[in-house]
Amino acid sequence: MIPEIGQLALILALLLAVVQGTLPLAGAQRGVKAWMALSRPLAAGQLLFVAVAFLCLTWSFLGSDFSVVNVAKNSNSQLPAHYRIAATWGSHEGSMLLWVLMLSLWMQAVSIFSQSLPREMLSRVLSVMGLISVGFLLFLLLTSNPFERLSPPAAEGNDLNPLLQDPGMVAHPPMLYMGYVGFSVAFAFAIAALLGGRLDATWARWSRPWTTAAWCFLTLGILIGSWWAYNELGWGGWWFWDPVENASFMPWLVGTALVHSLAVTEKRGAFKRWTVLLAICAFSLSLLGTFLVRSGVLTSVHAFATDPARGLFILVFLALVIGGALMLFALRAPHVGGGGRFEMISRETFLLANNVLLIVAAGSVLLGTLYPLVLDALSGGQTKISVGPPYFEAVFVPLMSPMVFLMGVGPVARWKQAALPELWTLLRWAFAVSLASAVLTPLAAGGGSWGLRLGLFLAIWILAATVASVRERIRNFRGAVHERLAMQPRAWWGMTLAHLGVAVFVAGVTVVGTYETERDVRMAIGDTVEMGGNVFRFDGTTEVTGPNYRAARGTVTVLRDGREVLVLHPEKRTYNASGMAMTEAAISTGVLGDLYVSLGEPINARSWSVRIYHKPLVTWIWSGCVLMALGGLLALTDRRYRLRSTQQQRETAVTSAA
Amino acid sequence: MKARHKRGLLIAAGVVVLAVAAGLVLSAFQKNLVFFFTPSQVVAREVPIGKPFRIGGMVAERSLQREPDGLTVRFVVTDTVKSVPVMYTGILPDLFKEGQGVVAQGKVGDDGVFVATEVLAKHDENYMPPEAAHAVEQAQNAQKTLIGN
Repeated sequence: MIPEIGQLALILALLLAVVQGTLPLAGAQRGVKAWMALSRPLAAGQLLFVAVAFLCLTWSFLGSDFSVVNVAKNSNSQLPAHYRIAATWGSHEGSMLLWVLMLSLWMQAVSIFSQSLPREMLSRVLSVMGLISVGFLLFLLLTSNPFERLSPPAAEGNDLNPLLQDPGMVAHPPMLYMGYVGFSVAFAFAIAALLGGRLDATWARWSRPWTTAAWCFLTLGILIGSWWAYNELGWGGWWFWDPVENASFMPWLVGTALVHSLAVTEKRGAFKRWTVLLAICAFSLSLLGTFLVRSGVLTSVHAFATDPARGLFILVFLALVIGGALMLFALRAPHVGGGGRFEMISRETFLLANNVLLIVAAGSVLLGTLYPLVLDALSGGQTKISVGPPYFEAVFVPLMSPMVFLMGVGPVARWKQAALPELWTLLRWAFAVSLASAVLTPLAAGGGSWGLRLGLFLAIWILAATVASVRERIRNFRGAVHERLAMQPRAWWGMTLAHLGVAVFVAGVTVVGTYETERDVRMAIGDTVEMGGNVFRFDGTTEVTGPNYRAARGTVTVLRDGREVLVLHPEKRTYNASGMAMTEAAISTGVLGDLYVSLGEPINARSWSVRIYHKPLVTWIWSGCVLMALGGLLALTDRRYRLRSTQQQRETAVTSAA
Repeated sequence: MKARHKRGLLIAAGVVVLAVAAGLVLSAFQKNLVFFFTPSQVVAREVPIGKPFRIGGMVAERSLQREPDGLTVRFVVTDTVKSVPVMYTGILPDLFKEGQGVVAQGKVGDDGVFVATEVLAKHDENYMPPEAAHAVEQAQNAQKTLIGN
């Protein structure tokens, strides 16, 4: 009964979405207030029905209802309760339902927080989101019904892929989808502005907090995915340039460009058309990411059973959304008009350069990701190639380095017109400090690569330039330093924090890349291996039993100067339901570095192959991402968004009274 | 500077960035594209010499041997028609099994042994790497044609 309720709820949500995607839009074009007024209640209704459907599916998973195909394929009665909940979005069908749920949540959020928007604008925004919702609900109901029944019911479920049985899996998809789907708000605002012909600073101010919020979620989602891969895949990498990772990274790059370009449009009224195009691109890449990951064209943990109908549906949907949006852009954008003028040396120019570099980088990632697929398709499956990490590193580092360098210059440059001598005066110390540390640190450490020098230079450069920008910023205020700092708006603090996050990230990536040590060794009981001042001693394995697996649990003692400082327990698990083997690494996390031990295979009764890694500063990579996301969140709480919205309310009140 | 000149300069700068990026992409493609070959192609010596490439197929039953050092393994990858001996030093992925699909990256030596630097994992027990499936399919089609003739 419960699955049927879920299915019915989905159908009802689709009906509401169809009305929402058409009537308020038509109402906004023709000025019919009653039609426009429908958009908000319809958004609420959709959220209600989609939430009911989602809860029904969760309920089926919790109760291990193996008469539902989806549950029988992706769960098991032995699976712990929290992973049964996570299994709701562990399958293709469930994850698409999660996508729609996120879309409904964003829609409802827009409906609540954007009441001060002009009626036409809000109706159009919600309508565009409604149309996207129609597409995804149709996709669910026609090709990927999560509530399909199995007759007769299975006696036991297949189990959730053991790789996905990890705390990271509980948080990664919802966060990532919040980000992906969040760009639909920016997209909807862009389309609404094109339709209404109103594309100005106010539009940018409305759209900006939504874009920043989506960007924060996407940052966190990618970060958790990377952390999950590090913990769970057992070979200690944090980024593989896997097509699926690229699928989430491309919208992030374009989203980052969009966040910066929106700032220019809001402050200076410039880059309007460019900003709209970026908003369309960011969401298109989110859709493309969904297509790449869900259509089964890629070999990865994310790709589920291949079904041509699904691939075709998403492809057509993709063509309609992207093609339609670009068509509208081509028709309307020429009439938008130019923005504020600026000189060659100005903050606008620096932000434009940052945008161009980010987009070109995203383009090169797109090329590397799609090229093998295109070649495979064109050659009829005869030419199969793979594009690996060396390609992406060779292209990405030279493109991103100037971008990161400009990050130091942009925040201190004036809008409209800046002077190079002035910039030099402000930044010369920062430049000297970063150059000196890039030259001296490798000397002190006894050599290092050019990559190390470049990475150190960039990390210290952002740090030092940020300090310089803070000094410059508070120079013209009165009072004690902490008072002057407290006076600065939160949006500015958010930017500063996010930029520092990039510095921390670059430092982490550089140091891990240069100084990490990885060794695969054969160890018998009592054998020791020395690495980076630590002695690892293998003390054998014992059999342990988990809730749904059996495992060989190793004991590896870490000694420093002859004293035992740490005991690590890596595991080799065998899951009962699937019989699948899984490596569970034991990681000792520290600010200065991680010690990482995982079990390979048993070689004989007394010895195992063991993987021992030392990863200096690896946590800095994720800490940097957390700082970036926190910076975004801080910017969201800036009071000017709240002030302006009350001000607008007053304005709207005045206009309607008149 | 006139607005027209400024715009021209900005566009020129954009074109330069794009040209540099295109150059980077092309040179990186040239150096880093890894082609895929089936065991039959390896045996027929249709593969690049001294350049890394990928092979895929099934791990032949009872072919897995471990050297005394415990870390070097030898196994045979087959497309059910032709087979290639493979050597790998390191820890094999969890889902590596005899009789299952596998993809490996490395170079082939003069002795015809494929020395793998990377053995790629599948993520799911029931999942066959498309490259491995492709290799088996190709080999069987080729054989059918031979018998047909």
